[in-house]
Parts: sequence; structure tokens; C-alpha cells
Amino acid sequence: MANFFTRTCGRVHGRTRLHWTDWVSYAYLVAGLVVMFGPVLWLVMSSFKTESALSQFPPSFLPYSQKMVVVAGHDQPLPLYRVKDEQGQTHEWAQVRRIGIMATMVDPLQPQTELKVNINDRQPVNELKFASGNYTELFGKFSFGTYLWNSVFITVVATLITLLFNSMAAFALSKYRFTGQKTVFVLIIATLMIPPTIILVPAFLVISSVGLLNSLWGVILPAVATPTGVFLLRQYMLTIPDELLEAARMDNASEWRIYWKIILPLAAPAMAVLAIFSFMWRWNDFLWPLIVLSKSEKFTLQLALNAFQGELNTQWNYLLAMTVITLIPITVVFAFLQKYITTGIASAGVK
Amino acid sequence: MSVLSRFMGVFFNLFEPVFRLGQRWLGASRIGWLFVGPNLVVISIFTFLPIVINLVYAVTGGVHLLPSQRPFTGLENFSTLLQCGDYTDLQSCRTDIFWRAIFNTAKFSLIQVALMLFFSLVTALVLNRKIIGRGFWRGVFFYPVLLSPVVVALIWKWLLQSQGVFNAGLVAMGSQPMDWLLDRHWAFFWVVAVSIWAHMGFYTLILLAGLQAIPKDVYEAAEMDAAPPWRVLSRITLPLLMPNLIVVLVLVMIRAVQSFDEVFVLTGGGPGSATTFIVQYIYLTGFAEQIHLYGLAAAASLILAVGLMALTFAQLRLSKASDAGKVKK
Repeated sequence: MANFFTRTCGRVHGRTRLHWTDWVSYAYLVAGLVVMFGPVLWLVMSSFKTESALSQFPPSFLPYSQKMVVVAGHDQPLPLYRVKDEQGQTHEWAQVRRIGIMATMVDPLQPQTELKVNINDRQPVNELKFASGNYTELFGKFSFGTYLWNSVFITVVATLITLLFNSMAAFALSKYRFTGQKTVFVLIIATLMIPPTIILVPAFLVISSVGLLNSLWGVILPAVATPTGVFLLRQYMLTIPDELLEAARMDNASEWRIYWKIILPLAAPAMAVLAIFSFMWRWNDFLWPLIVLSKSEKFTLQLALNAFQGELNTQWNYLLAMTVITLIPITVVFAFLQKYITTGIASAGVK
Repeated sequence: MSVLSRFMGVFFNLFEPVFRLGQRWLGASRIGWLFVGPNLVVISIFTFLPIVINLVYAVTGGVHLLPSQRPFTGLENFSTLLQCGDYTDLQSCRTDIFWRAIFNTAKFSLIQVALMLFFSLVTALVLNRKIIGRGFWRGVFFYPVLLSPVVVALIWKWLLQSQGVFNAGLVAMGSQPMDWLLDRHWAFFWVVAVSIWAHMGFYTLILLAGLQAIPKDVYEAAEMDAAPPWRVLSRITLPLLMPNLIVVLVLVMIRAVQSFDEVFVLTGGGPGSATTFIVQYIYLTGFAEQIHLYGLAAAASLILAVGLMALTFAQLRLSKASDAGKVKK
């Protein structure tokens, strides 16, 4: 077993044959793939099911639903069944109505004659169909557009302000020597130790006394001074040579101009990492918005999801679609920017 | 792109006069205060000021939000939270739900830390082997870390619901379907499992970085000596990984003590109070119940803060100890 964990290079055993520990590793990885991605995939597939398909048990992985046929003489499409008659032959008939254990059915090819069938003799005909209705109907119902807009607004604005404020602070802490500078740095980093969970009540008072309760700004402002961002940017800006600043001062550039014309473009890689992080933090935020925003027209997607799942008759078909929409931006970020995220974590050690 | 850069130019030039003035008044180095200003104002108002006000809340009672309208009650809030008639019997405590929350949090944290360390270590060791497509596999384990807690909870709620895939599995194996989240033991199990599922990738990443920083020649030397693999693991890999393991241990612990969102959406703290943790108690007491008992919530926050400080302190001691150990070797 220990052999399996420590053997980091395979050259001892030759290149062509896989050692048994390699098989175990790959088995572990594949199992990991199923455990990690399986639940998400199951959710995505379920979100394409119709309401009736969702209530089927046992559930299927792919969105199968009963085939419906249009039969002459009936306004609504009728569900299609496979029926076995007394001679043992199978037919595909549509069901008109059902009373007790007897179903009235018609042959779609001969819609005039109605047939009585015991419900135990029929099986639904299923087809693979991705129903987009859950998604398209979202926008009409539950003011989904508002939640989406609130989430997007908070995420974008908070990220922009975070980038501005944090880069300014990082610039001052990396390129100047002024009295109290060390204290300021320690103070900012110390806020890492103060999780928002332990100052909920007084922060709520502050928010309400400055009149930001039920305002999107009440979610944005407290979150923009991230210690992680200041730390990350400062470490990066320390590597920018001071000679560049001196040269600019020779040319009579103001300090502000030096900041945004020279330092900001040079710190772009670190800014990109912070932007990705800030995007994820704000998009996924839950506890703080939960306290600040109590009116449903101010809800973010996360809050709306939470509110709907708590309702007694959870309408899973809409909830599933909404969940999928909520995880799309994060998944896109993950797919394209994974490298930046992992380097960010490796360099700053924070999530 | 040029539109963007022109827009940025206009935007940043707006602030030029302010900073020119500041530069004239403060001089070229003290202008730093102007740059840290916005950040400092935000953390003062939304972090440091609340820390002070929190103390005021903790020693006052009543239901008013404004501190000036709250009567001073001394340590009443703390005794309400902590006093028990008989400390061996939870029922006799004045606020038994708070004690229950503490016990649940402690139990959750200990179990979760052990399992999280185990799984992230195993995963990191596997990922550190010579495997094809390491980046892809690393991504597989990391992906859930990025999902929001609400999404994580809903994904699992959907799998665990009465007609979900787990019950289909049970039925296929010939047993009865069950309400996973309505049984107190199973609910606790799933809360732990889901939080490991959601956060394991992050710690795996930290441990993997640590493993890759171990110099290769140490392993080559061990190979020369024909050291058995288990010995390499216990004498080389684990000791050299110790600083990272401690970081992970403490991070997991601090996060576990503060768990709220996933659990809150997944089980709502139930069934009963089986999965109610401290932060949820604070949230319910201060914000969700009919009467908002801010004083109790603030006192509970202070108790939580003390616990977190103890954990941070333990981390400093531990990492110092492990550094000292390394120097000795």
C-alpha cells in the first residue's frame, strides 16, 4: 500500500508495463471523476426533464419522457403506450382517459375505435428528449431576470471596486515608505483573522444605520477591502523595480499617474488572478447577502435558490434549471482559467 | 480595446486633481495615506468598528438594534448561553440549543478534519505520481471547490431526495427507500460527506504543492539505500510534508467551526437540532427568529471568536514546533 503512495516515478519498472499500483491509482482517479462530476452531471441532466419525468421512480440518468402523439379528434397530444393484447401481439396505442384500472385507448392510425385496456397490460413508450421548458419558463416566472441582474450587478461592481481599492492600497504599501505604513499593513492583513461570521450583528447595525439595508450596495461595500487582494497585489508589486517610478518622476509624472499608467499595467497578471477570485467570491456569497437583503426583489441568485428550496412544494423542475444557470458562470471560469486559480492559491494560500 | 483604454484614461484622470492636491499637501511619500485611504476606511467601518460594537451588544439586553436604547445587563447574555443546572445534563442548561450547537460543531469539526486530511492526502499522493493528464485529474477534484454552497447543497439535496438516485440504488438492492436527511445520524453523515466533497480539492492542492516541493534527490538517495516504500512514506514524505499538513489541519478546523451555508441549505439544521452549528445558532438568534435577540447572538459570536483565536494560536505554536524540529534534524 505504501509503495503505491510513494512511487512517484515509474522508470524502475520500465515504461511499457503498468505496475499494479498504477492500476490502483487510475482506478482511484476514475472513481474520483464519478464522485466529483457525477452529482453535477446528474443535476444538469435532470434539469432537462419534464415535470412528469422528474416524478418517475426509479429515476433515469438521461432525460427520458413519455412520447406524446397527436391523434385526430383530440385537442391535446395523448401519451403513447405499448400494449400487449390477448393474442400476445404488441401495439402502440395512445391513452385517451383512465378510470380505475381500465384505460381507454385509441390506435393513432384508426382514431375512431376506442379500446379498453387493463392498465397492467400497457407500458409507456419513452423517448430521449431534452426539455428546455424549465429554462425558458424561468424568465416569465418568479422574476428570475431580477435575481440574475442583482447577482451580475453585485459581482461586476464589487469586483471592479475591489480591484481599484486593493491595487491602490497595495501600491502604497509596496512603493512608499511612510510613518504608520507597517501598522496599516498589519491592520489590513489582520482582517484575515476576523471572519465575517463573528461580527454579523454589529455589521448589520452599521449597514442599517448608513441606510444600506436591502440595497445591493450594502452587499458590495463591506466586501471590497479584501485582505487577500491587498496581500496578493502587494507581493506582486514588490517585484516591480523602483527605477521605473524614479524615471517617471524625472519626467514630472504625478504619483497618481505613476500608479495607473505604470504600476497597474505591470501588475496585470496579479490583477487578473484577483479579478477571478473576486468574481467567484461575490457570485457565490451567501451569508452576508442573506442578512442584508430581505426583500425578494433584491435577492441574488443564491438567495432566490435558497428561498425556493425552502418552500413546501418545491418545484424541482424550475429549481434545477435555476441551479444549473447559477453554476454556469463558475464552470466557465473554471474551464478556461483553472491555471490562474491554482497559481493564485499556490502563491497566496487562500481561497 | 482602444475604447476601453480611452474610457480608463478618462476615469483615472478624474482623480488626478485630488491626488495632485494631496501630493502638494502631504509630500511625495506621505501621499501613501491617500492610496490606502479607501481600503482603510472600508475595513474600519465594516470590520473594526463592528468588533467594538459587538462588545456593546454582548453586554446589553433587549430587542432594540440601536445600542443607545439597549439596557446594560452585564454578563447576563453569557450566563444565559452557558449556565447549566448540572453540566452533565444538557437538558438542564438555560440555552440547551447553544450547547447542542457547540457539541455538534465540535463533533463535526473533529470527524471532518480527520476525514478531510485523509482523503486530501491520499488524493495528493496519487496526483503526485507519474500519471497521464495530471492537470485534468487535478481539475476534477478541484471543480466542486468553486461551486457556491447553495448550489452544492441543492445538488446533494436532489440526489438524496425521496425519489433520488440514492433511493433508486437502495430499491435496486432490494431494500426500502428512506428519507436520508430526516434521520439524525444519516443527516449528520451527509453533512460531513458533502462538506468533504465540496472542499477536498482545495486542500489537495495545498498538499500537492507541498509534495512537489520535496526535492527529488531525497527519494533517489532512498532508492539507493533500497528503502522499502512504506519507510519512504513514513520517514521522508510525511515529515517533509508536515508544515503543509499543519496548515491544512488548522485551515480545515477554522473553516469547519464556521460552517454554515451548505449545512443550512441542505438540512436547515435538522432534523431537530441534529445538524445545528454555532454560526447557524447566531444567525437564527439574531436574525431569523420572531424576536431578534442581538445580545445573545453577539455574545455567542464572542465565544466563537475566542474559540477561533485559540485555534489560530495553536496553529502558530504547532508550526513553530515543526520548524524547530526541522532545524534540529
